[in-house]
Amino acid sequence: MPELSLLGLALLSDYTLRTVALGSAALGITSGALGTFAVLRRQSLLGDAISHAALPGVALAFLLTGSKASLVLVVGAALAGFLATLLVIGVVSTTRIKYDTALGIVLSVFFGFGLVLLTLIQRRPDASQAGLDRFLFGQAAALLQSDLVTMGILGGAALLLMLLAWKELKLLAFDEDFGTSLGFPMRALDVLLTALLVVAIVIGLQTVGVVLMAAMVIAPAAAARQWTDRLGTLAALAAGFGAAAGVSGAVLSSETERLPTGPTIVLCATAIVLVSLLLAPRRGLVWRELRGRRDRRKLRLAAVLADLRALELQHPGDEHGHSAGVLSVMSGGAEASLLELHRRGLVKRLGPDAWTLTDAGRTETSR
Amino acid sequence: MNAVEVTDLTVAYGEKPVLWDVDLDVPKGVLMAIVGPNGAGKTTLMRTILGMVKPAAGQALVHGRPYEEQRLLVAYVPQRGSVDWDFPTSVLDVVLMGRYGRLGWVRRPGSEDRAAAREALEQVGMSELAGRQISQLSGGQQQRVFLARALVQHAEVYFMDEPFQGVDATTEKAIVELLRALRARGKTVVAVHHDLQTVPEYFDEVTLLNVRRIASGPVSECFTEENLRRTYGGRAAFFGTNGA
Repeated sequence: MPELSLLGLALLSDYTLRTVALGSAALGITSGALGTFAVLRRQSLLGDAISHAALPGVALAFLLTGSKASLVLVVGAALAGFLATLLVIGVVSTTRIKYDTALGIVLSVFFGFGLVLLTLIQRRPDASQAGLDRFLFGQAAALLQSDLVTMGILGGAALLLMLLAWKELKLLAFDEDFGTSLGFPMRALDVLLTALLVVAIVIGLQTVGVVLMAAMVIAPAAAARQWTDRLGTLAALAAGFGAAAGVSGAVLSSETERLPTGPTIVLCATAIVLVSLLLAPRRGLVWRELRGRRDRRKLRLAAVLADLRALELQHPGDEHGHSAGVLSVMSGGAEASLLELHRRGLVKRLGPDAWTLTDAGRTETSR
Repeated sequence: MNAVEVTDLTVAYGEKPVLWDVDLDVPKGVLMAIVGPNGAGKTTLMRTILGMVKPAAGQALVHGRPYEEQRLLVAYVPQRGSVDWDFPTSVLDVVLMGRYGRLGWVRRPGSEDRAAAREALEQVGMSELAGRQISQLSGGQQQRVFLARALVQHAEVYFMDEPFQGVDATTEKAIVELLRALRARGKTVVAVHHDLQTVPEYFDEVTLLNVRRIASGPVSECFTEENLRRTYGGRAAFFGTNGA
């Protein structure tokens, strides 16, 4: 396809496009892989809380330092996201408020506070604040080479830690009690995993935005779960899906005027989820529908055969056969099934509407 | 020295005592059942011995020392329903988790661990299912996988939380055989058990628990109607039927 090779060429030559593609690939891989654990531990919404809660962190980091360097803002975002997680845990353990409610409260309080700070910052007369609002819905085109370095180092470190603690994290996700009995500090592992998730989220905020970043944690893993039953494959596939969604969305939005990056990336991720939900073997809806139809047809054929056999046993020596009407009364809609059985040589026609079993059909019913 | 020694163990959730001043000795090489009504603290007792619950008072020793120092001597079989069986992993992979304690941090299971896991699967009659996705297992097969995971720990003391819960008759028989094989090798098994009828047949010793320890010792001495009435209160009537 000429468009694709053209795009490939553009990716290689165009500096901005290359930066955008590399950055969004990095964020997609990191959030996809770590999102796997969040999804398996039913903590998808924790990702949403962390990303929304990061906004005041970004704003405060800017207010305190006056810097818009991505490392500074990312550290602010990470601290706020982590603080929000601690607050959720604190609320759950000291009050009667349940986990999902605590998430909702912390998410909205932090996000609201972040919006207030953002508005205050934008009212300031000088122009130094320009661009902070890109953290709401993301802006891939604003990515710089220096941002790439930050994203690459943080994301790489998070992935490396995940791989090193792979079997411990698997234990955490599958059977925490058993892990405790083996002597692994499961609480600390929980904190580690949350910290890694925070890193995966904050490095994507500039590109995807706080509002939709959670989708990059949830969607790739949810899509990948349709295709595999192995944890390693699942994480790798989720990383791949994340990268695909990130790169395609970011490139699309930076090549199109006024197309916001975050929503475009999320739409690309959604497309991957939809395709997976429909087409994945065994778990996909289409596959299941086809198998259901095959099974139902098999059952109908078997029912007609069994009915014919029952009639034959009730009327020994009968030479006239039985009509489709009689069979339909017994198990409904017999005509099509009779034709199919006839094609397979399991029944034979004695008259225009008179059917009886062949020897093969009789053997079939006694199986 | 006993396999397990519990002294003055008291556990409370908030103000409500779950275990009150429990003493318990489990001799080496016996199969012991822990029985008692719902909420009697059976699971909590086990979890406290294993260091998952902090006691308000008292202590538990395994082979004469605190559990933290004896982890490699202990294997644990949690309740089957405590995990998500739709988790994306295979039978062999779950069994390998029993080796993680020996492996320590970062190191991955090697061929030796795999061999141990396959041997354990063979012992529970699941060799052919090693590669199967765990969501495709029946309840009895899930329980066998958990037992195999405990077997690869090559421990001395096995704690099992309701190993017979919801398994078919064939699996129940297989588990009993397995417990006896462990005993024949001098291992100790402590199991939370619900079916009072089978206690005398399956176990050597029994602990009757209802927040306090009612009785503990050989089945022939302790498993009396009097003790059961004291354990289950007015509901002792169901002794002889299928226990709670």
